[in-house]
Amino acid sequence: MKPSLALAALRHYIFSKAILPSGRVLSVLCAAHCQGDIGLKQKNDNALGDKLFGWKRSTEMVLLRSTSFRLARACRAGLSLATLLISALMIAAAPTVAQDGEAPPAAAQPKPATKTMEVVYLGKEYQEPLPLSFAEKVITDKGIQGARQKLKEANQAGGFLGYSFELEEAIVPEDADVVAKAKALLAAGNRYFIADLEPDDLLAVADLPEAKDAIILNIRSSATKLRQEECRKNVFHIVPDYAMRADALAQYLIWKKWPNWYVMRRDTPQDQDYLAQVQRAAKRFGGKIVEDHLYDLPPGARNLDSGHQQIQAQMALETERSPDHDVVWAINSDDDFGDYLMYRTTRPRPVVGTQGLQATAWDKSYTESGGMRFQRAIPRIANRPPVERDYTAWLAFRSLSEAAQKSGSVEPETVKAYLLSDDFRLEAFKGQALSFRTWDHQMRQPIILGGGTRVPVGTSPQDGFLHPKHLTDTLGFDEPETKCKF
Amino acid sequence: MTRFGLATVCATALLLVAAPLAHAETIFVSNEKDNTITVIDGDTMERVATIETSRRPRGIMLSPDYKELFVAAGDGDIIDVVDTKTLEIIRQLESGPDPELMDIDPEGKIIYIANEDNSMVTIMDLKGGDVLAEVPVGVEPEGMAVHPDNTLTAATSESTSMAHIIDNETFELVANVLVDSRPREAKWTKDGKELWVSSEIGGTVSVIDPSTWEITDKISFEVPGVRPEQLQPVGMDFVKDEAFIMVPLGPSNRVAVIDTKKKEVADYILVGQRPWHGEPSADGKRYYVANGLTNDMTIIDLDTMKATKSVPVGRLPWGVAVMPGKTGAQ
Repeated sequence: MKPSLALAALRHYIFSKAILPSGRVLSVLCAAHCQGDIGLKQKNDNALGDKLFGWKRSTEMVLLRSTSFRLARACRAGLSLATLLISALMIAAAPTVAQDGEAPPAAAQPKPATKTMEVVYLGKEYQEPLPLSFAEKVITDKGIQGARQKLKEANQAGGFLGYSFELEEAIVPEDADVVAKAKALLAAGNRYFIADLEPDDLLAVADLPEAKDAIILNIRSSATKLRQEECRKNVFHIVPDYAMRADALAQYLIWKKWPNWYVMRRDTPQDQDYLAQVQRAAKRFGGKIVEDHLYDLPPGARNLDSGHQQIQAQMALETERSPDHDVVWAINSDDDFGDYLMYRTTRPRPVVGTQGLQATAWDKSYTESGGMRFQRAIPRIANRPPVERDYTAWLAFRSLSEAAQKSGSVEPETVKAYLLSDDFRLEAFKGQALSFRTWDHQMRQPIILGGGTRVPVGTSPQDGFLHPKHLTDTLGFDEPETKCKF
Repeated sequence: MTRFGLATVCATALLLVAAPLAHAETIFVSNEKDNTITVIDGDTMERVATIETSRRPRGIMLSPDYKELFVAAGDGDIIDVVDTKTLEIIRQLESGPDPELMDIDPEGKIIYIANEDNSMVTIMDLKGGDVLAEVPVGVEPEGMAVHPDNTLTAATSESTSMAHIIDNETFELVANVLVDSRPREAKWTKDGKELWVSSEIGGTVSVIDPSTWEITDKISFEVPGVRPEQLQPVGMDFVKDEAFIMVPLGPSNRVAVIDTKKKEVADYILVGQRPWHGEPSADGKRYYVANGLTNDMTIIDLDTMKATKSVPVGRLPWGVAVMPGKTGAQ
């Protein structure tokens, strides 16, 4: 282990183990001695610190230099070892410290962690299509990074109220049996699952008899059937489905007075699902699909020398016979041609759909309503900006931790009741409270319009699209339209 | 100073000779998008100067002696300190990343800063700028309020939905109170017997009893024809000897007036779009509220509880601070 890593791990250990029971800021103590110029703020009879390291001690105040922000960089390898030693001693000494100090009022003590919620991240390493653009990084840890970030936050907050959270990462290889893995986890007593699974696997896990009282949060699949005919009582959907995405874009296009859409698509099951939802959105909001055009040239390799010349001609060809339209609606889940359409269509028209302007739960340039914090947090642990699945994983975990803390219980039955109650009002950088639709367990949420743009274009629902209860219920299947029967 | 600024100063000076001193106060408004502070003369309600600040100025407050104005610049990761006489930035406090709101102890010695990005409250020596301590709190701290007797400081954490109470002597947490979603601001009553916390997404204001750290009252909002999710309480300011507390309600374009005795909403006042923070005038007769989306500041008469005037400021105005008297530039 690298010394800096060892130090980080150690600081984390001290923070979690020492600060919570005693309520003391031991992490600051440990961290600060690397700087040299530090006083101990606690009235501490244990003079060990003085003897070993000659800390300048004052009972008045701690003088921590502002350079402490760059602490990690400043600490050298040698000091890390020393840190290890003194930290072990500090942990041993912690209870003494707490007793020696003046006791704060009884109500004031942070409660010890008594209730633990164990959450499983259940995933599979599915082959994902390569992004068409070389500028998009190939990301193999989508989702899990959001869950890891939330684990940190949940424990930071939960510690104040007597809750602790654990995350078990169960991501199986593509050829492994995820259902068997789920069975083993259920047998071990796990009931909370963040599911990074495709529809078939998700349903197979949800239909296990032992999963009956589990709470499974879908963070990956937008398949509408999971919210409709194939809905399950033990499954909640964090990620928006294709119906919500199509409605979010359609509202914007209608608001812009761009009602004529030329659809260009592939024919995968996802594409067929999305197409059906675009057709539904057209009917709901007064749009018109002027033509549904299947693009059937084989995808081939994504980078070719001089390849752009051919593409330039091809895209013009594919769009020149279309009836007049306001936008091209690309439906291309495999991401193998949609981005080629921009600036290459016969008529100068914007591109929306799975490429170009997209409807998404998270966008890499979104900063509103505190969203900047998430944009900064994920790169710290993942060395890359957050993507939508990081956000939905974070949001799934956040729903569980919030429900536990607010309902006062980590029992699945109570947590589930709370998630479906009117009291559940989740804050998640969207400027309004998020909650679950009781009829299909889909999370209602504003949807960002961005994705293929450098800055977000907007957020749906758009002004003027009204609903008697929740404006966000204008996106996706509303109660009277649902085919879900639990 | 710009030519416009000079011209305004001259015009103001002329006006001052002619008109009796009505309010004799100066209003500062932080403009999040413009990276500026608009300085308004309380007599004329005209802009007298514009101060350029570090990037994304939001939280704004005066030192107890009114000599310095503190401006938290979120994207600049710094707090600018403005001399209220010369209107120049005289120094900066290294607050740590993304400072948003802050409070200063009654003696003017220590500043408590919420660092949204690293979930810490930074406690700093106001004069020297030395960091005295960093207290880990919940995720995304925002509201800060020093107890009137300087024994405690309340900090709200937006993502964690808590009010954390810090002991000002030991800089340790003594209590954590769970409130509704996304708590924004915290305010103590003058006697220190009530702590008020606004929850933006929860849509409520909680009143906490510091002897038990229990929530004793919770006030929610209701306006016919306005969707409940738009009633988002953000700032809070006691007015009229604490008979009322003014609560700007964000996207509902209203300021709620809460009767502090009855713990009920007494009135809603329509203002500009998306008001977040305000401040009462120095004489306590008016309330100034910054409207983020209409780039103006509404003046509310506190005797009649009516909006009387609107004054243009910069883009995306955020916070307001009021100083009795004039700046050197006026």
